[in-house]
Amino acid sequence: MTVKELIQMLALTKFSLPQPDREVTGGYVGDLLSWVMGRAQAGNAWITIMSNQNVAAVAVMAEVSCVILTEGVVPDDALLQRARQQGINLLGTILSTYDTAAALKQFLS
Amino acid sequence: MSEVKLTYQVDGGDLVQAGEASSKMKMTLKKLGMPAEAIRKAAICMYEGEINMVIHADGGRVEVEVGLDKIVIRLIDHGPGIPDVDKAMEEGFTTAGAAARNLGFGAGMGLPNMKRYSDDMEVDTIVGVGTTVTMRVDC
Repeated sequence: MTVKELIQMLALTKFSLPQPDREVTGGYVGDLLSWVMGRAQAGNAWITIMSNQNVAAVAVMAEVSCVILTEGVVPDDALLQRARQQGINLLGTILSTYDTAAALKQFLS
Repeated sequence: MSEVKLTYQVDGGDLVQAGEASSKMKMTLKKLGMPAEAIRKAAICMYEGEINMVIHADGGRVEVEVGLDKIVIRLIDHGPGIPDVDKAMEEGFTTAGAAARNLGFGAGMGLPNMKRYSDDMEVDTIVGVGTTVTMRVDC
């Protein structure tokens, strides 16, 4: 499944979408940035409520396919700017973290 | 390809800006045509190191040597040093303050991640003098 398809299925908000055709290989949920870097796999959709600029750096280093901000969280301006500069797919939803992860799992299996 | 040497300066204090040096290194490694998995490992190792230098040591310097079969990253700071390296290597142990934790850092996973993603890691530290962490990522 591509990021573009995931957006359609979950009706996600597109804050930044420079790479819509990236493949989503799975998911990782977490707000502690080093846990994400330690455990997320390249290509995972990263589900989080963290919305500061460091999220962009972690997304780049961990090579996630997209970041999904849940619970209605919106990115701060610096994160939005950095996501656009660095080619990061940054998405949003009003769904809870749990519901987002559950839906992702369902779509992937 | 002969060995390529890269040097980066990491500014202290501003955690929000941290990651610039690692991003630059990552782009350079891509341009040099290094293997994708080695680039990912090296980038995570260096980013964790960069964060540590900003949180604990008011910045520092990073030297990277890129060879055909390995990437060696050396993080050099003149911070307070690490009194108990074994303790610092434990997952979950942290001395980071509230400011770092509020941004999502300070989970006590930095050094463990650097060990996890490198093929070899050495920590040379003297309390009151500084710390040098050397990591090797094989390609």
